[in-house]
Amino acid sequence: MSDPVIEASDVTRTFMISAGFMRGKQPLHAVNGISLNVERGEVLGIVGESGCGKTTLAKMMLGLLEPTSGTLRLDGKLVGAAHRIEVARILQPIFQDPYSSLNPRKSIGDIIMLPLKVQNDPDPATWRKRAEDIMDLVGLPTRVYNNYPNQLSGGQRQRVAIARALINRPKIVICDEPTSALDVSVQSQILNLLQDLRGEFGLTYVLISHNLAVVEHMATRVAVMYLGRIVEQADTDTLFKAPKHPYTQALLGSVLTPEPGLGVPDTHLGAAYPNPIDPPSGCTFHPRCAQVMDHCSKQAPPAVANGGMVECHLYAHGGGRKSPKRKSK
Amino acid sequence: MTKQILEIENLCVDIDVPSGVLRAVQNISFTVAKGETLSIVGESGCGKSITALSLMNLLPKSAKRSADKLTLDGRDLRDLNEREMSDLRGDAMAMIFQEPMTSLNPAYTIGNQLEEAMLRHRNVSTAEARDRAVFLLEKVGITAARSRLGQYPHQLSGGLRQRVMIAMSLMCEPALILADEPTTALDVTIQAQILHLLAELRHEFDSSLILITHDLGIVARVADRVAVMYAGEFVETGTTEQVFNAPSHPYTQGLLRCIPIPGKTKRGAHLGAIPGIVPNLVGRIEGCHFASRCPYADDACRTGDVALRPSFEKSHEYRCVLSPEICAANLKSGAAA
Repeated sequence: MSDPVIEASDVTRTFMISAGFMRGKQPLHAVNGISLNVERGEVLGIVGESGCGKTTLAKMMLGLLEPTSGTLRLDGKLVGAAHRIEVARILQPIFQDPYSSLNPRKSIGDIIMLPLKVQNDPDPATWRKRAEDIMDLVGLPTRVYNNYPNQLSGGQRQRVAIARALINRPKIVICDEPTSALDVSVQSQILNLLQDLRGEFGLTYVLISHNLAVVEHMATRVAVMYLGRIVEQADTDTLFKAPKHPYTQALLGSVLTPEPGLGVPDTHLGAAYPNPIDPPSGCTFHPRCAQVMDHCSKQAPPAVANGGMVECHLYAHGGGRKSPKRKSK
Repeated sequence: MTKQILEIENLCVDIDVPSGVLRAVQNISFTVAKGETLSIVGESGCGKSITALSLMNLLPKSAKRSADKLTLDGRDLRDLNEREMSDLRGDAMAMIFQEPMTSLNPAYTIGNQLEEAMLRHRNVSTAEARDRAVFLLEKVGITAARSRLGQYPHQLSGGLRQRVMIAMSLMCEPALILADEPTTALDVTIQAQILHLLAELRHEFDSSLILITHDLGIVARVADRVAVMYAGEFVETGTTEQVFNAPSHPYTQGLLRCIPIPGKTKRGAHLGAIPGIVPNLVGRIEGCHFASRCPYADDACRTGDVALRPSFEKSHEYRCVLSPEICAANLKSGAAA
């Protein structure tokens, strides 16, 4: 039974970017018509290369950016900058870099309690106790309560960020590259902690990462983004066992697992990531695609539903749905 | 017997810090044969980058290097002065840095920067150097190479800049290339391309490569031999197969358990973890450096120095008081836990 906590329908975010000296401004569709549901209790992994719009999508979910068009609903209510405080009660972020996402001039206790202050929590007498409880839960010794971020290690800082995100008991946590600034031994500690907390608080995660091994380990469903579009969506098992979109196949092919003797795979991706101001015509992936066909450069691919969803001409003749109209071109 | 390009014995780097002497690199010894790829792998702060910089003699002023032996292609590097050293850099040995964004000079065109090494070290004309630059840019997969020469670094993407860095390191066909986290700043797809390219070019030019990284996935796929570094020391060395298939040192075993492998690790299950943090390297550490985080440590580990010892095969060494048999048993029981 579908029970979405986040519903994005045809969300677009366009930035006006200077195209060069004296060339005026041109639109860049960072997120280009995304429809995506996040179901209650799931871990949705969003993967893609840098510049594909993952973080813009996350910022819109957090209410930090308004969609240019389309709607985003959180627990049935429209998300927008006007409701930031309400959004923050349900949805909390954990950012990539624990070195820059904590205010260096605030003590750890103040950082963790800030959400309570912002939400005007009615019971200030309990704040300190609640902060210490949550520190305990994320594995931070309470003696660092009065310390400052620069006195903590990277892993501990990320634990502070997690404690801050959870103190208001949100329903959803958006983790934007939560471990990519950390060493592997610390990464595994943080991933274990996120797993434990998910069970404890009944959390829903949106996990944004370029590390596919991490996504495979954590996520229950995965969405693959390319140039502002979701090109494939499926549950984790299906996606990793039988990736359909050629881009997903190339992405999975580039994962280097610590298994000796396998060599470095040749991804056949060739050309570099295209300029998002001037995206390729038709299917935006066609210049890099190993299985490109004649009409790929002319027509936008249809979204084909087959358990998951894949946007590719290769699967179009299976009675696929009509594609939603593209905003660009 | 293959020719050893680089031979190092008991390399130490001490750095003066306000609280004392930070012993960043402690008595590491290794050799790199012609055409071989050695990977030095470890977590941040273990001394791997300092090792590379000390080979290039690019250490900060507060750091002191000492070694019993340090030869490149038979030439002693220990008492070269700055001028002789800069004759070697870019010629006999070249370095590829982590951040292609910051290691290229934004004020010069890439053509300028590519030609510089060649003009500095070889008696060639600008035109010859330019031809060599174009040849190498094409080799590293950059299209329209000649027109790229006039471009500035900011006009190129991260992947392209790293390709330029690789081309630059190959200008004088160095005997040894040092690559310090060459793909860390790049996307996975670009990373695979760059590593593929690096492996191909290394074969073609028969250069030796020291690859420094924290990513065990890269090491497993690219290296011939591996040295695992922890707190300034090598804790395990061997061929890639030996270290990955039969890791002996508790640290190596722990690291490999931390990494999820799609299709092998059970989804959502707890990953292995190494509790604790890296010890402070200021001053002398008594006993095994890993003892404070090791699940098998006892009092014997905390006294005296622990030396590298051979495992079942001679080329596979590790630094631990436990016997190879016990380590193999630990590997099994640890995997089950």
